[in-house]
Amino acid sequence: MARRLDPIALSKPFVFAACLLPLAWLVWLTAYGDLGPDPVARLEHETGAWALRLLLATLALTPLRRLGAGAGVIRYRRMLGLFAFFYASVHLAVYLIVDLGGFWSQILQEIARKPFVTAGFLAWLLMIPLAVTSTRAMMRRLGGRWQKLHRLIYPLAILAVLHFVWQVKYGETIAVREPLIYAAILAVLLAFRVPDWLRRARRSGAQQQ
Amino acid sequence: MRRHTVPALPGSQITSESTWLRRRQILKALALAGPALVAGCGRAGDGVAAEAAELPAEALTVTGRSAYSTDETRTSLRDATHYNNYYEFGTGKDDPWRRSDRFKPTPWSVEVAGHAELTGRFALEDLIKPHALEERVYRMRCVEAWSMVIPWVGIPLGDVLKRFRPTSQAKYVAFTTVERPAEMPGLAYPVLRWPYREGLRIDEAMHPLTLLAVGLYGRTLPNQNGAPLRLVVPWKYGFKGIKSIVRIDFTESQPTTSWNLSAGDEYGFYANVNPTVSHPRWSQASERRIAGDGLNLLGNRIATLPFNGYADQVAGLYAGMDLRTHY
Repeated sequence: MARRLDPIALSKPFVFAACLLPLAWLVWLTAYGDLGPDPVARLEHETGAWALRLLLATLALTPLRRLGAGAGVIRYRRMLGLFAFFYASVHLAVYLIVDLGGFWSQILQEIARKPFVTAGFLAWLLMIPLAVTSTRAMMRRLGGRWQKLHRLIYPLAILAVLHFVWQVKYGETIAVREPLIYAAILAVLLAFRVPDWLRRARRSGAQQQ
Repeated sequence: MRRHTVPALPGSQITSESTWLRRRQILKALALAGPALVAGCGRAGDGVAAEAAELPAEALTVTGRSAYSTDETRTSLRDATHYNNYYEFGTGKDDPWRRSDRFKPTPWSVEVAGHAELTGRFALEDLIKPHALEERVYRMRCVEAWSMVIPWVGIPLGDVLKRFRPTSQAKYVAFTTVERPAEMPGLAYPVLRWPYREGLRIDEAMHPLTLLAVGLYGRTLPNQNGAPLRLVVPWKYGFKGIKSIVRIDFTESQPTTSWNLSAGDEYGFYANVNPTVSHPRWSQASERRIAGDGLNLLGNRIATLPFNGYADQVAGLYAGMDLRTHY
């Protein structure tokens, strides 16, 4: 039987390359000293923003499918999710090594005492089990528990947006716009799931009676 | 009366006159070659002369070299004039230079009021004329945990204030920034309660480190840096350095200050640089130095010093005060 052309499989290398473009662009800016007056702050901002954008893209696939984009879109989910984790890890590494490198005692203080740092760090921690269990073999091994585990993406996405909103300085009306836009997008993406959650809650409630 | 000591510089840190003269010659040569260099390489480097040509500012005559100056690597003129907090022009770091071209710093006058024998409205020229302009290279520590090293041009504030003969009731000095909605697009947003207000205790205002600046890098202040007249208090967080001053009040009680009014738990009246008192959302223990070395990313963070490194000169002003409550 002749194999039909699979557009999703064909497009995956291009999506992969596209996901690497922000990194390539940042490496370019760094190499040319073109990151602006506060280069480290710029790197932190850009890597964090790309992690969040990819996380939201991952969450957008299920609603997209429901809106008629075709069942195949779900096959991009693992790649986008892993790239979100990748950019979040680069973001954390820039913060820990490039920004706070050498000021180790300050790192622990910041993570423990500053709510926006705590939220961001927690979000990254919660991504680890999702990345580790993202392979097909792990999906099979975990069975029904896989889906349950991967629902962690909802709280961690909320933490990631809070991390962004809370670090804005009082009065920065313009700067706060970007995180608020992400918060609004996340709210819409989560709202899509509410009917499902309600149905599931009703079903498990019925089973208990 | 408390005496202020001028910091003793080790001989090794003082630039010899011949080196200094040689540097001037190099700078002069650079200034002449500036346009050619720019045309040649497309991307203008950090050559101060080439950058200065972009600024609508005039050269100032500066006398003397201040013993208060630091010889740390200076922030490039470009960064010092393209990365600013001046909310009257917008809250983005690039808003001040992008959106301040409509601002007209001349003619300028300052209203002096309150507990002083001499009050009234004074033209900027009359305020400045009796004094010799000094260059002071100061560290500037922003409350957002970044810092710069900037060669300001100005006069010790105390020398100017003394001419108004403040009375014994003058315990504080309050400053007000100009408020011109047509020239300052950021005023359209109620980010802070406009106009911007700042204040100092009278002994802080009279301290020889406190500078009334009219320029930087040997030229008049660009609009984004607070033209034509601003305050520089190097041991305090940058927001104390109020820009484009139009009013000076000698008051008996502690004046209201803008940031303290908006977020009092984050920004105190004193706002002395203090690595042991954190901002509620970030640590003040260290800072990122913006010194134009974009490629050395790992070398940007340095420890923050008490009173921004000016403790020897100013710690005495706060003897007996709990700096945790008076942050």
